[in-house]
Amino acid sequence: MDYFDILISILGSAIRLSIPLLFTALAGLFSERAGIFDIGLEGKMLVSAFAAACVAHLTANPWLGLLAGIGVSIVFSFIHGFASISNRGNQIVSGVALNFVAAGLTVVLGQAWYGQGGRTPQVPAEGRFAPIILPGADAIREVPFIGPLYANVISGNNILTYIAFLMVPISWWVLYRTRFGLRLRAVGENPGAVDTAGISVAWLRYRALIVTGFLAGFAGTYLAIAQSAAFISNMSAGKGYIALAALIFAKWKPVPVMFACLLFGFLDAFANFMQGKSVPLIGEVPVQIFQALPYILTCVLLAGFIGVARPPKAGGVPYTKER
Amino acid sequence: MGLGSASDPAIELVGIDKKFGAVHANKNINLTVAKGSIHGIIGENGAGKSTLMSILYGFYQADQGEIRISGRPATIRDSQAAIASGIGMVHQHFMLVENFTVLENVMLGAEGGQLLAKGTSSVRKELKRLEDDYGMEVDPDAVVEELPVGTQQRVEILKALYRGAEILILDEPTGVLTPPEADHLFKVLRVLRDQGKTIILITHKLREIMAITDTVSVMRRGEMVATRKTAETTVEELAELMVGRRVLLRVEKGDAAPGNVLLSVRNLTVKDSRGVVMVDDVSFDVRAGEIVGIAGVAGNGQSELLEAIAGIRKPSAGEVWIDGKPAAGIDPRRLRELGLAHIPEDRHHMGLVLKFEEYENAILGYHRDQRFGRGPMLDLDAIRKEAEEKIAKYDIRPPNSRLRTANFSGGNQQKIVVAREIERDPKLLLIGQPTRGVDIGAIEFIHKRIIDMRDAGKAVLLVSVELDEVRSLSDRILVMFAGKVVGEKSGDANEQALGLMMAGIAA
Repeated sequence: MDYFDILISILGSAIRLSIPLLFTALAGLFSERAGIFDIGLEGKMLVSAFAAACVAHLTANPWLGLLAGIGVSIVFSFIHGFASISNRGNQIVSGVALNFVAAGLTVVLGQAWYGQGGRTPQVPAEGRFAPIILPGADAIREVPFIGPLYANVISGNNILTYIAFLMVPISWWVLYRTRFGLRLRAVGENPGAVDTAGISVAWLRYRALIVTGFLAGFAGTYLAIAQSAAFISNMSAGKGYIALAALIFAKWKPVPVMFACLLFGFLDAFANFMQGKSVPLIGEVPVQIFQALPYILTCVLLAGFIGVARPPKAGGVPYTKER
Repeated sequence: MGLGSASDPAIELVGIDKKFGAVHANKNINLTVAKGSIHGIIGENGAGKSTLMSILYGFYQADQGEIRISGRPATIRDSQAAIASGIGMVHQHFMLVENFTVLENVMLGAEGGQLLAKGTSSVRKELKRLEDDYGMEVDPDAVVEELPVGTQQRVEILKALYRGAEILILDEPTGVLTPPEADHLFKVLRVLRDQGKTIILITHKLREIMAITDTVSVMRRGEMVATRKTAETTVEELAELMVGRRVLLRVEKGDAAPGNVLLSVRNLTVKDSRGVVMVDDVSFDVRAGEIVGIAGVAGNGQSELLEAIAGIRKPSAGEVWIDGKPAAGIDPRRLRELGLAHIPEDRHHMGLVLKFEEYENAILGYHRDQRFGRGPMLDLDAIRKEAEEKIAKYDIRPPNSRLRTANFSGGNQQKIVVAREIERDPKLLLIGQPTRGVDIGAIEFIHKRIIDMRDAGKAVLLVSVELDEVRSLSDRILVMFAGKVVGEKSGDANEQALGLMMAGIAA
């Protein structure tokens, strides 16, 4: 394999690895811009993966699996909202609790229903989102550079991948061009301004969380029935946290979120590729170093080396009318 | 508009009653505000002014009573309903989204459809019209946090006008403004009134009431105690109505007898956390037996100066000497040993732990004192005994050292801090905003204590955004603007001159 082929294969793998991050980071974008921290993205991803795998196994229909994944994820959003919006609880505590619930519940239910140690049974091929070959992919495969790039990186992904990238401009448009987006950004900065303008802070934040649940549902579904063909216990493996890191890295903006997720996906793919290979002069580098890079980069950013990351001002603070 | 005769009521409140638990915030309030007038509502903190206006604006529901707008009974369930009834409110703490543009802020809640594009152009048009009609100029594309405070307030007023407000409520509007900015605001308010708008002005500043209102209503302890034509009343009468007894409005003090230099600041430069220079090469002295006041609009470096001298913020350059000993950049505990006491500007964030009981706050920062315990153990009996002595001496109410500090009123909380710092008998006292959020009765008391300190030969450095306070207490006044001391005046300096210096216009 020459270097170009290696690059193409890493890029293809980077795209696949960045999709769950992208869905999840966009999910987090909506809740955090509305002033609700959501550390529970990880848990939402996990329960929706489980629900998608179960339903896809049962019905052999990926779209019903997706619907189930989204539904369960939104239910988790509502629990988070009930704790942190209606009852003004601590958002971090609520999110962490939901992560524990998700990690435990999926395994318990999986074991009770299928008895495979928390695994769900293999989803049949027609119950999964299969790769789509874009028109002309085979025809231009032989064209130098562009051919392989189009055929192996851009084409050959499943429908959720294309939806993920479509979500980026849609999120931007919703956030910056609609009334809902304006109010959502306002409520994350100064809920008092929203309240005195005669808009319900609670209902606005609930709606933001519904969007969060919706997008996180895609992420879990992708993990279970697009990337793999079953649910495996703890299959989100910290992706919810990496997505949060990407969100911070991207300063809570949709388009930079996409680039941050692609970067983190690329680092992940590169780590996989470097496994067992030795670097000239240094020797074999432990793969953990690459896996830690997203976190290190985020810490560097937070320390202020790459400009100031300013989170939404009202983030994490439950809203109470002042006396 | 403009045709309604001055006697038509814009708003009538009849028998408004509101309780928060045990607190009776509004007791059977009756109020009539004439259309096309500026109506002042004055009262001490906690008198119920803000509650009453919040009821009018739909933030709270009254337990009893009726609201009539232009003669018709109105039910105001939420702010949306208030806006629909033509009521607009300018809050004391601006309700603006700071990283939004002026346009986005004006539009929020009145977007005119699901998509923003249409609303944007109509807001732009309307802002232009308001600018032409009322002379309220503002760049619609400016980001709010980059605007001066006076302009931010203008955005709040524009927000209300854009929503078609005929009745405008302003809650303590001048607290954050320079005197010229306040004058400009008053000019705008007069134009609005002359165009037929009705304005309700909530304030605790008697001077403003006299300067701008047509009618004034006085509240005390949840009751509406009097309504007067402004032209027919006096400052003295209003003060007495507010407090319920005669008040000394002027601070009585003899001449200062300055002694040795106790605080000496040389070329002090302080940067804030973003690295912006907030105090720029400042030098001055404070002598024993004098009060030096620092005047300036909030945010011109006074806070940082005070914090640097108090050891809370490290200066980046310069020297501080306390009673001849170097004191720059050393920690607050050692500064206290040098004879410094500090009443911080923000008692909630720095002066007190609100969840502590009163006696715990009474020794905050002095817990290592021999009298309060030995080694790691605290002598609670000794601490409580001393706390109760201070409660008696400073008339802190309720007189209960076991009460949570958060349950004291603002004035009594401030007295806890003042008692703690003054009773240490320091050589040098730093005071920031000694009477912010404190009612008139307590202000009188705290001012008296500060004068007593001076007369006992202590040096006092006072920072306050209340120009009246600086003028009445200080023997010398330093004016800060943009981090520099731009001038020095004697304590009886004329207000206009100080105002111009505070605005950076004259030196």
